[in-house]
Amino acid sequence: MDLFEYEAKQEFSKHNISIPKAKLVTKSTQTAEAIANLKPPYIVKAQVLVGGRGKAGGIISATSEKEAEEAAVKLLGARIRGLLVKQVLIEEKLPIRKELYLSIAIDRFNRSYVALTSATGGVEIEEIASKTPKAIIRTLIDAQSGVRSFHSLAIAKQLGYSGNQLVKLSTIIQKLYQVCIDNDAEMVEINPLAETETGDFVALDARMVIDDNALFRHPEYAAKETESLSPQEALALKNNLAYVKLDGDIGVVGNGAGLVMATLDLLNFFGGKPANFLDLGGGATIEAITVALQIVFAEPDTKVILVNVLGGIIHCDDVARGIVEVANEAKVKKPLVVRLVGTNQQEGQKILVNAGISVLDSMEEAAKQAVEIIRGAQP
Amino acid sequence: MGIIINADTKAIVQGISGKQGSYHTKLMLDYGTKIVAGVAPGKGGTVANGVPVYDTVKETVEAHSPNASIIFVPAPFAQDAVLEAITNKIKTIVVVTEHLPIKDAINIMAYANQSQVTIIGPNTPGIMTPGECKLGIMPANIFKPGSIGVVSRSGTLTYEIATGLTAKGLGQSTCVGVGGDPIVGLNFIEALELFKENPNTNAIVLIGEIGGNMEELTAEYIIQERYPKPIVAYVAGRFAPSGKRMGHAGAIIMGKQGTAQSKIEALINAGVKVAEKPSDVTAFLVKELLP
Repeated sequence: MDLFEYEAKQEFSKHNISIPKAKLVTKSTQTAEAIANLKPPYIVKAQVLVGGRGKAGGIISATSEKEAEEAAVKLLGARIRGLLVKQVLIEEKLPIRKELYLSIAIDRFNRSYVALTSATGGVEIEEIASKTPKAIIRTLIDAQSGVRSFHSLAIAKQLGYSGNQLVKLSTIIQKLYQVCIDNDAEMVEINPLAETETGDFVALDARMVIDDNALFRHPEYAAKETESLSPQEALALKNNLAYVKLDGDIGVVGNGAGLVMATLDLLNFFGGKPANFLDLGGGATIEAITVALQIVFAEPDTKVILVNVLGGIIHCDDVARGIVEVANEAKVKKPLVVRLVGTNQQEGQKILVNAGISVLDSMEEAAKQAVEIIRGAQP
Repeated sequence: MGIIINADTKAIVQGISGKQGSYHTKLMLDYGTKIVAGVAPGKGGTVANGVPVYDTVKETVEAHSPNASIIFVPAPFAQDAVLEAITNKIKTIVVVTEHLPIKDAINIMAYANQSQVTIIGPNTPGIMTPGECKLGIMPANIFKPGSIGVVSRSGTLTYEIATGLTAKGLGQSTCVGVGGDPIVGLNFIEALELFKENPNTNAIVLIGEIGGNMEELTAEYIIQERYPKPIVAYVAGRFAPSGKRMGHAGAIIMGKQGTAQSKIEALINAGVKVAEKPSDVTAFLVKELLP
């Protein structure tokens, strides 16, 4: 899960990484008091979890208290790239000399954490990374030792620092790794890390992604996990289903991430558009299938539902009974195409046929048929 | 004779008393896998599915000299279980456990690397050398002995494609699921290296998906090595949106990184036949191997 900038900055602050003095506001009525506690100039930032927030108008500079208040009031309740702004961070804007880039991420191939740093940070970092990859210094981190001072000193030196600043920057790199480890983050980023006119380093922006699989160790984040989810997404999460809403009209339910992705690809191949991705997981239970179908049935855009279950462990007859039950109880009837093979296949298919549900052996034929139903439905 | 496991593999099951562990122990035994012992702390001295249960891995080593372990321990305790197996010099460890935190996985891999242990997974359906040994949760009846090596990031998609292969008489030397997580042990390149040296493997099926760059790096390896055996690939997730996790923790496009298009291009560029539909994999292989 992604943390808001202000949440990530709180973690930085706990680990003694400097952040600008700031106040978070959630209501227009709070802004005047918040600003009164800060010194001008200001920077007013919408707290939304989306890239390119600045370019979309979500970050406003202000020189006076009045301007800052106007900016905060304007952003609260506005939409930035489609996301509602519920919180605004008002910060003191610091005089800076230089912007650096600093992050800890996962290097899948080397099976380790990696420190990514660059002497030129800021909004263009992705462009820098793709045009001049050498400008990004990649340092693999040994899981057993972590980031020791000699590792981080070497990085700070490569970034061109010496003396007192070398040591300061090196310490921040070590602290950032600790933020990552302590929070079970899969990515933590300071961009930009400002070198101020006084020669100090301050985290001007912050991103942090917490590993969803580690939330059992972080109840403080786990409690927030469902906040930004739609009711369908929350229901799916509660039942250990992997659900992603898409913009088409064919609902999809299947077991196994790869199989469901392949099902979406087949629908597209035959000219159809999936309305969702829904993976029951490898060891899908009947309860899971029931909830999954309820989620897909409830989606108003969905016109046809394609079920693709390759039953190894689960029994096809159980699956079939679950499907028939949901289909019968559904308030809005929607055509179902079912691909069901595996253990007790014949019994399962018979149950479906008796209930008037189309059932096939091949996932390709099933995908094709779902697309044909949609085509037939459109005049 | 396939790769990594064979008829002589002597395995233990860590987490043998849990629902999944107990159920799959039975299925593995039914298949003929030599499961010599199980581990379940606090249940030492009992018997599960006819297999003696111990409190610790150390005791199983003393009594049975296993050379492999399959782990069904729930995620919060899985790191300890894997490190216990590594510490006791078990050389092949299959981690079926899903939802293992990345931090734990990274730590496990560092220890495994140091001890030269092969970790398969986490979040894997396991590994199977048809007719000899199954260490995993895959439905055994869809596989049959033969000369196709299969390496995959996806469980059920592997079953889908293996069903097609078997139906056309193309049996498998070994099928290995590398796991759906961002951090996994055995990767595509290492599996290809083993299949290259394996005399019973004539061709390889590689099943990739969105997320990361393992397929791209594998393509580089294939070019560098002038890989001597034909490879047919399928890559799932051509129409997956960016920034969304598609079921597997590792199946996520980040910005422009990890798209199916990038993987498919890289593999084609390396001379790999890339199937557009799962059923095309078998069709390509039939053409390749039975001209």
